[in-house]
Amino acid sequence: MLRRMLGKTLGFVGYTIQYGCIAHCAFEYIGEFVVCSGPSMEPTIVNHDVVFSERMSRHLCRIEKGDIVIAKSPFDPNMNICKRVIGMEGDKICTSAPSDLFKTHTYVPKGHVWLEGDNLKNSSDSRSYGPVPYALIRGRVCLKVINRNFSFFIFAKLDKPVWFKSLLHGFELWSSACA
Amino acid sequence: MAQQVTAGRRYLRAFVSGFFVAVPVTVTFLDRLAYVARVEGASMQPFLNPEGESKCDVVLLNRWSVRNYQVQRGDIVSVVSPRNPKQKIIKRVIGLEGDFIRTLGYKNRFVRIPDGHFWIEGDHHGHSLDSNSFGPVCSHNVLGDGCWLGVRRWLDPHVSMALGSRKQIRLKRLISRHYDV
Repeated sequence: MLRRMLGKTLGFVGYTIQYGCIAHCAFEYIGEFVVCSGPSMEPTIVNHDVVFSERMSRHLCRIEKGDIVIAKSPFDPNMNICKRVIGMEGDKICTSAPSDLFKTHTYVPKGHVWLEGDNLKNSSDSRSYGPVPYALIRGRVCLKVINRNFSFFIFAKLDKPVWFKSLLHGFELWSSACA
Repeated sequence: MAQQVTAGRRYLRAFVSGFFVAVPVTVTFLDRLAYVARVEGASMQPFLNPEGESKCDVVLLNRWSVRNYQVQRGDIVSVVSPRNPKQKIIKRVIGLEGDFIRTLGYKNRFVRIPDGHFWIEGDHHGHSLDSNSFGPVCSHNVLGDGCWLGVRRWLDPHVSMALGSRKQIRLKRLISRHYDV
């Protein structure tokens, strides 16, 4: 009786460990869903949007200029930031505001990237805290969930800004027609 | 014939189920708990890889103790190099966030370590690519805390088996500590 209960408990613990490890591998090497908060990426990603970020690009070092990435904050390792990559290592970045008379430039050092939010007026990014080391990047945002009632998921691809706008418009028309 | 087919199918099923258990568990263990690494280079001499030894030291890096990115002054840690994200370097932590450090060859003589960063240096000054070259390192770059040396070094009387002997470390360049209130 006791032996059977012990056997069942050990089996349950074994299954928990196995599925926990599979979940860890999936979140670490394939991708995860992220809830974004804050206005710094409007109009691409607004407050309380759910996005899917994939991890393979980061492990294979295939993050490119123009990608939206999720990264760890340089000042608080428990906080994540969601920004767009403006420059890779070696690129020349214009750091002065468009209204300034004298333009200042900086070069992104080796092993770092320059991140900026799409909503330049309301975003604290590399313009305030400097280039971010590449190792802090967690994943690349590739899909955004735009269906609000979640009965089925409709995704919009977030690769290039121009394509995204037309695709998003098309999906919104379709989902409002379905609803 | 039918028996061979079922035996083959049984082996295949056992292999696949074993594969899907062993690989995730091993990967999770190496990512979250600990892994073994070989130390190459002379930047931590005479503590690691002392002169005259032909083979490189092997250390056990504890990932569980750095899961909250908390390290202590004097710890030997493995970090991702800020200059090259594919390279891992192993150095000693000299100062934590908020501390004032007197540097050796950095662009500023005195540095206050910003929040979320720490200062690492190799024991062999001058032969070490560390914070004196690239500045404070983000806490998130830390990979593991060195805790045990490989068996070969246990016979060396000058080296303690556990690497966490912080009392032996004299942090001469730490000017003032930042105490958490």
